[in-house]
Amino acid sequence: MRALCWHGKHDIRCDTVPDPKIEHPRDAIIKVTSCAICGSDLHLYDNVIPAMENGDIMGHETMGEVVEVGPEARGKLKVGDRIVVPFTIFCGECEQCRRGNFSVCERSNRNKAMADKVFGHTTAGLFGYTHLTGGYAGGQAEYLRVPFADATHIKVPAGIPDEKLLFLSDIFPTGWQGAVQCDIQPEDTVCIWGCGPVGQMTIRSALLLGAKQVIAIDRVPERLSMARAGGATTINFEEESVLERLQDLTGGKGPEKCIDAVGMEAHATATLDSIYDRVKQAVMLESDRAHVLREMMYVCRPAGVLSVPGVYGGLIDKVPFGMVMNKGLTIRTGQTHVNRWTDDLLRRIEEGQIDPSFVITHTVGLDAGPGMYKTFRDKQDGCIKVVLKP
Amino acid sequence: MAHRRPDRQHAASRRRRRDSADRLARGLGWFSIALGATELLASRGLTRALGMEGNERLVASYGLREIATGAGILASENPAPWIWGRVGGDVLDLGTLATALDGRNPRQENAGLAFAAVLGVTVLDVICARALGGRRRQGRVGFRDYADRSGLPRPSEAMRGAARDFQVPRDMRVPEPLRPYKVA
Ligand SMILES: NC(=O)c1ccc[n+]([C@@H]2O[C@H](COP(=O)([O-])OP(=O)(O)OC[C@H]3O[C@@H](n4cnc5c(N)ncnc54)[C@H](O)[C@@H]3O)[C@@H](O)[C@H]2O)c1
Ligand SMILES: [Zn+2]
Ligand SMILES: [Zn+2]
Repeated sequence: MRALCWHGKHDIRCDTVPDPKIEHPRDAIIKVTSCAICGSDLHLYDNVIPAMENGDIMGHETMGEVVEVGPEARGKLKVGDRIVVPFTIFCGECEQCRRGNFSVCERSNRNKAMADKVFGHTTAGLFGYTHLTGGYAGGQAEYLRVPFADATHIKVPAGIPDEKLLFLSDIFPTGWQGAVQCDIQPEDTVCIWGCGPVGQMTIRSALLLGAKQVIAIDRVPERLSMARAGGATTINFEEESVLERLQDLTGGKGPEKCIDAVGMEAHATATLDSIYDRVKQAVMLESDRAHVLREMMYVCRPAGVLSVPGVYGGLIDKVPFGMVMNKGLTIRTGQTHVNRWTDDLLRRIEEGQIDPSFVITHTVGLDAGPGMYKTFRDKQDGCIKVVLKP
Repeated sequence: MAHRRPDRQHAASRRRRRDSADRLARGLGWFSIALGATELLASRGLTRALGMEGNERLVASYGLREIATGAGILASENPAPWIWGRVGGDVLDLGTLATALDGRNPRQENAGLAFAAVLGVTVLDVICARALGGRRRQGRVGFRDYADRSGLPRPSEAMRGAARDFQVPRDMRVPEPLRPYKVA
């Protein structure tokens, strides 16, 4: 089959690779009908996440049709079922899964020993990601093997187009969890850094969950225009002072809830700390750039919440933890517990409360995928979200 | 497929131009740092050679400026503003050197050479800054307005709180003492 494979920094190729096979009785194989490129894939493309290997198949936002089911998954899935595949692989039975903490499933990471060493304790297996999270083949391909398939799936009905359902795999629940874990109150101002696909979903989630005011920060004009369409007041961090605007918009008190939808590759602004980060990252003294985290810690109203769906990989430097402690801030973060939210979100899509396909700007075949990584990364051609049709 | 060739050639030549501007910028960055270090560490020798004794402090401060711009060029994602910063610095240097060009200076010849050298670098700086700037403007064409992409069935104001029925799970709630005081 054909698949998009990682061959090092800025080198994704559409290769021909062996078709996946059932390897375990709980597996299923799906024929992929749609998949997408995520901001998390860009961290791999830029090679800032460790433990990728030459030839790894990319992709973790996938849906399709079940074509083969292992004997132990048969009670839950059958050939012909239409499923969306959550990017977090989970067993459904361990202590964490029973609490709904699927992204830290204790059993789905087949490289548990490595993860135990690096993270202290393992997290869940992820599709198309680093070998620290199992190194499972991803879904930017014609076929995908789904491990623990009896649990790791979201069944979706016929009659709704792929485009409306695909993002149940990741960015919609990710934006939703980013907002939910802020425990939004009707008097809250929620400020969201980053208006990429995750930021866009977060903006809609915060609005639907009833925030009094939603503020969104980015520097890409088309992304800011899409943020405004979702009801956000926008700040262009390259043209205006984030601190001053936030003071103005909150009567000098700061937002109660701050959400980082940018992650470890935050762009240098004109401030000293971002230049410091770039220098330290260049000489490998830190792996992640923490400009957005620092800014959130500074502007957040005391007793507020910092929610961090943005991905970090390793070490950050100069974190003003004294601010966090003295202001009594709460930090909530993590890879998304996708299936914890998807029944509810699927219902909202079916009822027409939201149509997540608004974010799609490009749809191409698999062979055009490698070029699309670059277009998406460089935010060219108005690109916000790329869907691939294998 | 043949009809796509010229297009690709065009893209390739644009890429080459861009790469060379980047390389030039990096070269200028290192040059800044080297020159800055010299001005800072050997300000006495420099002023003597140029017949500008008494200006050691000024030259050393120019050195600091050069080092900072050099670091900025090398570290930042978009070196263009830093290169323009260099152009500004060049003008300052030229102005300072011009004061040493009068006939009473026994080292007038050295100062003249230095003036010519700075002039040459200024030309390079301007070329580099313009090449980098052109690239940024190119990225901006084709700005799309996505004002019509809300993803919501009604205007956003009407959708505010439409999901208030949602129960935030216990493990994600803000602890009671940190919740806002109820006014009513
Ligand atoms: N927690 C999860 O489970 C999960 C799931 C999916 C994605 N993610 C992460 O979420 C993040 C965003 O993903 P995406 O797909 O939207 O990616 P993206 O790269 O398209 O979006 C990031 C946006 O942040 C903006 N940005 C950069 N620096 C900024 C700054 N200083 N201030 C404000 N905005 C800034 C960029 O211009 C860009 O629009 C990534 O780190 C991704 O890995 C996490
Ligand atoms: Zn993702
Ligand atoms: Zn589990």
